[in-house]
Amino acid sequence: MKKFLIAGLLATCVTSATASAADYVIDTKGAHAFVNFKIKHLGYSWLHGRFNQFDGEFNYDAKKPNDSAIKLVIDTRSIDSNHAERDKHLRGSDFLNVSKYPKATFESTSISFSDETNGKVTGKFTLHGVTKTIAFDIQKLGEGSDPWGGYRVGFEGATKIKLADYGIDYDLGPASTHVNLGLHIEGIRK
Amino acid sequence: MLRNTKRSYGWVAIVFHWISACAILAMFGLGLYMVDLSYYDPWYRDSLTIHKGVGVIVAVFIILRLAWKLTNESVQDLSNVQRNDQLQHRLATLAHSAMYALLFILFVSGYLISTADGRGIDVFGVFVLPSIGELFEQQSDITGVVHLYVAWTLIGLVVTHASAALYHHWILKDLTLKRMCSPQKEQ
Repeated sequence: MKKFLIAGLLATCVTSATASAADYVIDTKGAHAFVNFKIKHLGYSWLHGRFNQFDGEFNYDAKKPNDSAIKLVIDTRSIDSNHAERDKHLRGSDFLNVSKYPKATFESTSISFSDETNGKVTGKFTLHGVTKTIAFDIQKLGEGSDPWGGYRVGFEGATKIKLADYGIDYDLGPASTHVNLGLHIEGIRK
Repeated sequence: MLRNTKRSYGWVAIVFHWISACAILAMFGLGLYMVDLSYYDPWYRDSLTIHKGVGVIVAVFIILRLAWKLTNESVQDLSNVQRNDQLQHRLATLAHSAMYALLFILFVSGYLISTADGRGIDVFGVFVLPSIGELFEQQSDITGVVHLYVAWTLIGLVVTHASAALYHHWILKDLTLKRMCSPQKEQ
């Protein structure tokens, strides 16, 4: 994690030397960012959970929103569905196999906004060792100065993935083949 | 007849021993079986409930067994008193202590797997053994691995222990196994 962060920081420093005013680090330190998921339980209800540990950065400038980019690294071991026995099972080889695949990552390849608020992110999502290109809608929620001298912007987005596409084929029943992922992030301008 | 003598186990120790033996073997089988059940298996939930409930009861049972052992006379090792085989005597003592130690590691690790989220262990609706919370990160996963390997180690020792008993019975032809089946009269 640390290695990646350092690499990520260096990469960001190099690539964004021209647009440093618009570089943001996702506020995981203050926990103003969430990677949530929900999956149908037997087809009767939703089971909610989240990943407690992740890090990411993005680049955004309201004047040039289509030049935006985001990179996110999720620690799969931090899955939390508020049930120790279930989380242990989810971390095991039936599901995330976190000892073999401790990271899930998302890296955007293109972001296009249709208006000030709505955009679409396309990028590579890696989960369980499988990388796929996914696209999903995002919304910008707001931006501005915070009370402590910083500058923040927030987005949210959601997508749905099929577990079998990522090689996770444990049978949870016909209603539970897909997982909804929700990304809620607030970035602090560097 | 109830209490141990120098030469033989009494009925209480004998009953403690064989109930422990049955429970431990059954729990080992159930444990391996339940972790491979599919989500839609009717036993998916109940097998774990039973494993946890019986686990708590076995833990109490083994504590009582140890208390009984410590408050009774020690039964002499026939390898020691009849044949003066110090090596065998030491190995046997070590194996017995190790089985108790591994059992306690199993009790603690099993408890820590299930209680890492603050939920206690419901023992068949009679009482709930409360959680003491998450003591360290990745608690369920780490203690889960410990639980599995310690269980296999214990069963390995059980096989050794049973083989040694049969060796005493058939090869050395002494009373080691017989006195664990019924109290032997003083000679």
